[in-house]
Amino acid sequence: MSVYQTHVTDVLVIGAGLAGERVAIEAATGGLNVIILSLVPPRRSHSTAAQGGMQAALGNSAMGEGDSPDVHFQDTVKGSDWGCEQDVARLFVNTAPIAMRQMAFWGVPWNRVVAGKRTLPDGRVIEEKKEKEGLITARDFGGTAKWRTCYTADGTGHSVQYTLDSIVIKLNITVHDRMEAIALIHNGETCYGVVARCLRTGELHVYLARATVIATGGYGRLYSASTNAVINEGSGMFLALDTGVVPLGNMEAVQFHPTGMVPVWILITEGARGDGGYLLDKNLYRFMPDYEPKKKELASRDVVSRRMIQHIRKGYGVDSPWGPHLWLDIRHLGAKHINTNLREIANICRNFGGIDPVKDLIPVRPTQHYSMGGVRTNIDGYAYGLKGLFAVGEASCWDLHGFNRLGGNSLAETITMGMIVGEKVTQFARNTALEYSEKLVGEFVARQEERIKDLISGRKGKENVYQLRDEMQNALMEHVGIFRTGEGLQKAVDKLQELHRRAQKLGLRSSGKGANPELASALRLPGMIRLALCIAYGALQRKESRGSHAREDYPKRDDVNWLKRTLAYWPEGAELPVLKYEPVTITELPPGDRGYGESSGAGTPAQPEKTAPQGKKGGK
Amino acid sequence: MANRQLTFSIFRYNPNTPEIKPHMQEYRLEELPGMTMFVALNKIREEQDPTLMFDFVCRAAICGSCAMLINGKPRLACKTLAKDLPAHITMFPLPVFKLIGDLSVDTGTWFRHMSLKTEAWIHSSKEFDPSAQEERMDNETALKIYEAERCIECGCCIAGCATANIREDFLGAAGINRMARFMLDPRDERTPEQYFEVVGTEEGAFGCVGLMACDDNCPMQLPLQMQLAFVRRKMAAVGWKYKPKAV
Repeated sequence: MSVYQTHVTDVLVIGAGLAGERVAIEAATGGLNVIILSLVPPRRSHSTAAQGGMQAALGNSAMGEGDSPDVHFQDTVKGSDWGCEQDVARLFVNTAPIAMRQMAFWGVPWNRVVAGKRTLPDGRVIEEKKEKEGLITARDFGGTAKWRTCYTADGTGHSVQYTLDSIVIKLNITVHDRMEAIALIHNGETCYGVVARCLRTGELHVYLARATVIATGGYGRLYSASTNAVINEGSGMFLALDTGVVPLGNMEAVQFHPTGMVPVWILITEGARGDGGYLLDKNLYRFMPDYEPKKKELASRDVVSRRMIQHIRKGYGVDSPWGPHLWLDIRHLGAKHINTNLREIANICRNFGGIDPVKDLIPVRPTQHYSMGGVRTNIDGYAYGLKGLFAVGEASCWDLHGFNRLGGNSLAETITMGMIVGEKVTQFARNTALEYSEKLVGEFVARQEERIKDLISGRKGKENVYQLRDEMQNALMEHVGIFRTGEGLQKAVDKLQELHRRAQKLGLRSSGKGANPELASALRLPGMIRLALCIAYGALQRKESRGSHAREDYPKRDDVNWLKRTLAYWPEGAELPVLKYEPVTITELPPGDRGYGESSGAGTPAQPEKTAPQGKKGGK
Repeated sequence: MANRQLTFSIFRYNPNTPEIKPHMQEYRLEELPGMTMFVALNKIREEQDPTLMFDFVCRAAICGSCAMLINGKPRLACKTLAKDLPAHITMFPLPVFKLIGDLSVDTGTWFRHMSLKTEAWIHSSKEFDPSAQEERMDNETALKIYEAERCIECGCCIAGCATANIREDFLGAAGINRMARFMLDPRDERTPEQYFEVVGTEEGAFGCVGLMACDDNCPMQLPLQMQLAFVRRKMAAVGWKYKPKAV
């Protein structure tokens, strides 16, 4: 007979980052009972690490003049390489300004417009208008026609998370931190909640809810070099995948950020390039203008990352014990700017690289950063396949980002989607009664107890969790990175399948008692390998290049055959995901040329641009 | 030159197994170039002792999870480099906070309690109007608020504070700084008298005995003593005329 504590609530949110907390606030304000589960205290969530900012077409700054949701929409769709849902993108760009203003209302100290003339690092002189003074200002980010990224110095994620969490505390929303969901409870049609393991005591708990919301962020730690926090292991995604009925969308779409610092892979924000930083090669030559004359360092992230690797392959990388890298140069921005607007970067360079960016160059290389893919949902945030299950933020594939996300769009997505989906979750939970079978719940708990017993006793084998994890990370890094080939992807799939078989035979070296960290890792690893297989196998099957998915053997975008989204399912006992495809929703902007990057046209002529990004980088 | 051999002396105790008394355990590790305590502790766990408990999240000095006593000083383990330490390194969990196990402590509960006690949110009588432009704010004010908001709730200032170690309900530098953040914010409609109720006490701004360890230990280099002085001055101005509420 199992012993476990049961908690019943209206809405259960898994993950206390920005997206999760924003949903929780909406539901609690709507009068519902909410419990948030989190691996860590909410203010430790990875959302707090986002330095750069949030895109919203407020158009207050001089360089944002003439901006509108329409322009934001076009940037987003082009950035996605036409892989996004255009109805979702439209809803997002229209709502984002409201979400930013609401955050200002709740307490975020957004940087504001200061009237007057100033000179940009490239010599252009701009003048901020008097009538806009004191409104929320914006900075430049890659792949955008206007300056649109709202920010608080370079601690935007921190600031917004602290503000949102202050509202969570004010509303007295229940948060169970150090509580990890390890299985969704469902009957193949409806989701009833989760089985969770307490990371303080190791005890199992059951949470039952009318609506369950996955808000667990990304899976960066599947890769050996990732900017992500160590808790970003994709748990919500594999919980959904393991139901067998909920698909993950576009898992092969993985973003590499151009500037991870070598060799600790901590992110140097895009704000560094947005504020005027350059990329240099081993000869201290600024190479990006040769590849991208228009956008230079500020093309979309997928393009800049590829150009960097191309340049390294030509022999222009700087040799180091961790492989060749390039330089990020922000010295010309001056000590004052670096020590205030880019202070977190300066601190990271000093603390973790032993360098001072006021005087020194920063060693950088493209590093895994973001997952465009995730739990596939409809425009209201309902997960495909199970009633009562929702997903938001990076854990979801709503799908705002398609095959490449613009910098500043994901952080904005967390609170904007959280606001929109929070309302839908509230409506759903109000109109639904919780009807569950105690027997079913007992079976789900028993299954988890069985897994734990197997791991502790080692009766299925003695495979080492850390060793298998390393092998998985290396397989993805080596073969499922920025440039991909059929041959490499096949190697990755073969290797990951081997690891998946071996992961069935994991055995602990420690007792596994209490809040044992080895047991926590061992419970996660098989699901992580399944995610890795969804990424590698989806990439192997997609025989084209689109956004971040760059196949050297299929270098062109192929709208005839591949203007569609991958849906990966994992039936119980399967050794590979089952892939299905669905069409991409195109409502306003037919596929065309992005205006940057390698020629993307698959025989499609470039679309006339309604809002050419003129003047943006025009000056020398 | 051969790498140094490091010896780690680490506090071990798990409240779930009280039969095993608190003790120190030694581990040996070869120093690697650029090695941080994040790298070192994970190597120890993965290669020598998978039961060892500690907390890391961002490993970039942003999230505040990994504060501990390293050679007696409260600091963030993720940004503590082996090269700045002697070859013998001792590690203890932060004092004041409830122990979860080994080097892991419950800062989350402490800080949520502090936020509740100080009502650390914007108090406003206004309703949000989704169709209205945002209210204007001077950029200098926004930057000042952000300066005070940079606290990452790591707990170093609390662990190193003499008052907090003696007086359980002391708000500490993090709590007083949090109040300063809201006092600076024109959106918060609380009156000086309302703030006084919260921090004009021995548990608040007047409990500090001025040893200034908070200021020395803050990994974010927040001007905690200045914030304390700012809050004290404001509170003194109110306290001069203050009449306690009738009970």
